[in-house]
Amino acid sequence: MAREDTFRDAREHLQGLSDEALEARFWELSQQCVDPLVELARTHTSPSIERSVLMRMGIDSRTCMAVVGECEKRGLLGHGAGHVLLVCMQAWSCDARTAAAKLATGEGWETPAAKWGGAR
Amino acid sequence: MSDRLPPLDPNKKLDVAALLDGLDTYRPRRSAWHWREQVPGQRLYEFTYHETSKGLKHSVPLPAAHYFENIDPQPDCVITTEIASGRPEDDIRRMRMAAWHGADHMMVIRTAGQSHMDGLLEGTPEGVGGIAITRKQLRLTRRALDLIEDEVGRLINFHSYVSGVAGPEMAVMFAEEGVNGAHQDPQYNILYRNINMYRSFVDAAVAKHVMASVGMLQIDGAHNANATAVKAWKVMPELLVQHAINCAFSEAVGMPKESIALSTVPPDAAPAPCMRMDLPYAIALRDLFGQYKMRAQQNTRYMESEGRDATVSHVMNLMISRLTSADIQSTITPDEGRNVPWHYNNVAAVNTAKQSLVGMDGLREMVKIDRENPELKSRIRELKERAVLFLEAMIADGGYFAGVEDAYFVDSGEYPETNDDGIARCSDGGVAVDTIVPRADDYLAPVCHHFGVNHLPEGVVNACTLIGGCTLCDDTKVPYADELDPEDNVNTRLAATAEQRERDLITPEVEWAGDGMVAVTMFLPASERVAEAAALEIGRAMNLIDPEVIHRQVMHPAEGTLVEIKGRLDVAIDPTTLVIPEPPEVLTDEEIREFVHARELRVVAATVGADEHSVGMREIIDIKHGGLEKWGFGITYLGTSVPIEKLLDAAIEHAASAVLISTIITHGDMHRDNMEKLADLAAEKGVRDKLLLIAGGTQVTDEQACGWGMDAGFGRRTKGIDVASFIVKTMRERGL
Repeated sequence: MAREDTFRDAREHLQGLSDEALEARFWELSQQCVDPLVELARTHTSPSIERSVLMRMGIDSRTCMAVVGECEKRGLLGHGAGHVLLVCMQAWSCDARTAAAKLATGEGWETPAAKWGGAR
Repeated sequence: MSDRLPPLDPNKKLDVAALLDGLDTYRPRRSAWHWREQVPGQRLYEFTYHETSKGLKHSVPLPAAHYFENIDPQPDCVITTEIASGRPEDDIRRMRMAAWHGADHMMVIRTAGQSHMDGLLEGTPEGVGGIAITRKQLRLTRRALDLIEDEVGRLINFHSYVSGVAGPEMAVMFAEEGVNGAHQDPQYNILYRNINMYRSFVDAAVAKHVMASVGMLQIDGAHNANATAVKAWKVMPELLVQHAINCAFSEAVGMPKESIALSTVPPDAAPAPCMRMDLPYAIALRDLFGQYKMRAQQNTRYMESEGRDATVSHVMNLMISRLTSADIQSTITPDEGRNVPWHYNNVAAVNTAKQSLVGMDGLREMVKIDRENPELKSRIRELKERAVLFLEAMIADGGYFAGVEDAYFVDSGEYPETNDDGIARCSDGGVAVDTIVPRADDYLAPVCHHFGVNHLPEGVVNACTLIGGCTLCDDTKVPYADELDPEDNVNTRLAATAEQRERDLITPEVEWAGDGMVAVTMFLPASERVAEAAALEIGRAMNLIDPEVIHRQVMHPAEGTLVEIKGRLDVAIDPTTLVIPEPPEVLTDEEIREFVHARELRVVAATVGADEHSVGMREIIDIKHGGLEKWGFGITYLGTSVPIEKLLDAAIEHAASAVLISTIITHGDMHRDNMEKLADLAAEKGVRDKLLLIAGGTQVTDEQACGWGMDAGFGRRTKGIDVASFIVKTMRERGL
């Protein structure tokens, strides 16, 4: 909805603030805006985030894409794609690249399914 | 590794093939951002500078530098150039040119559409308006920059974009490949790329945390509100809010203040009284964000197709930087209003920044902002209050996400005024909607520098010990992918221009090797639309392929129009076929001095015609400027606007060996008349054979002067040594 410039009236409660107090208010409000965004980020993940985890495990981009795609399909993303890969590495006694290459082809998913069940 | 490659030779082109060879094992030598080394009170030539940094080993100084012993003072702040050729192999050549002019921040623009790709690209496909950012492209660029920074003697920051849907992956790849700075601002994704708002913030936290781990500098995206706004002067309160959200969010997810830079633009341009409008904003911003870095961008919102107009706007922007502060001075090429930036316009923009910053060196010590000026004071306060009102209302309406849904941002009204034309985004819409998931109770990421909930097994401190090291701790684990597309890649493009390189053929270019593009400027005595059509026809007559008008400006509705066109020329010049005159050889000081002393040579000098300029002549004769007096020439200087007769009489009276005249070039051919008159009169008086007649002036050429009866002509950049050598050599040849 369009609104005329109501600045003169709207600012009344700010008029008495010193410059320092006004600036402190600006930052306090900014922090207030940001707090729920940080909490959302802290407690959620995404396909890109999980691919970035696999990348840091030494996996190339195409394999990251395939493994995370499979994790999404099977509802495993919330446990962490890196977690899925780690479980397979341990079960198969192999390094990250070998395990990821296998998972990328759609094989070996019974291992994470055994831990988390419910492969969708 | 880059150390396998020999250092660059300033007289040789970059060897792109050598740079491409062995990229699979190339590793960057650092990743953190680099600030210039400040040199307070730096002495260069006869000057003291207050705001400069360490100089360069190799550089191209400003055009007038030859009057000042070719000094090339480097301003205190980092200078950015935006590189967008679309091809990595051409980007690096342009970076080398820009670095020689003083750029130390190479901001590589991404190809259109990459921000919507949920994942990474590989190889070197050609981009549009920018480049496909890939691991191979990053390695090629970083490897070239290693060599270029060694060549110029200053570290160079490499920069691109950690925005878009694949932000966390970009951040990891950048950290692995030695990228030193990046744009990262989830608000940019949401407002300008319509990427889902939840996804944008969730991704941003991880991306920022990874960036911070290697000391990468972050630049936000708030300047886009300025570039998008209907009325740019109305968005100032909102800009403060956008900066604050990104700063507060970045810090909360682990980024130190010193790694956070605000991308700020003076929002307005003339004919608005822009400096009076933009200065209060610049000050309000620096009051509120004093602990963060300032990346001063130049205005693009009101940029048209004229380079002069853009440059003047940018100089005014630079004045605001100098009167307030800038840690990074970004530049926009003066041709961005007409096409994707061309090589030489990157250099032009960098020089605009360097020239202005150096020219205004220390100005703020003498010219201070009057913070008590009533208009300034109240406007600064007003902007801050409006920003606070914006935040208060947004929180009352449900917070940031609700605010975006309610189109709080990029509204053409100055908050609290609204025109209901802001950008509205739905929380349940946008690219990559519904792709975030809650982290489960056992969520685990066995890697370092991961933001957020991470249930590491008890006793594990460094997450990556679980996997025996991650790529951020163990460089050898970083994978490499080469080309995926057999056609669209650097090798096929280089093959197409191989002959050019092998035979050193010369084709004009503005973006890519061999693109053949040239620009032609013409004044046509016709009205605008007629002139445009005529210009294209003239372009065709000049054999330009696909001529296109890139700029037009009415000089007068009926009298005429200035038109600039561009077009391709199908031409390749073989340098071995060129006839290039040898540069004149100069004699040694001793040789000249001996010759002059033995004969007690005298010269008579004057500025002729109605020319009151004497600077050029004094440069040639005064000992102070390394002129003829230095070798013992006796000089009779007669002054300015001297009649030819008087000059010749003096030459005869003093038994001079040479007559030096200085002249400006005039429409009425006065310069020609004077030279011819001098030659004729000398012949008439019977002294032509005994006298060397020499003409000089900024636009005089040797060929013309000789054609008009002189023995030599000397143009711009002539030094005393050139004239002295000529006199001695010619007198020897003629047995005088």
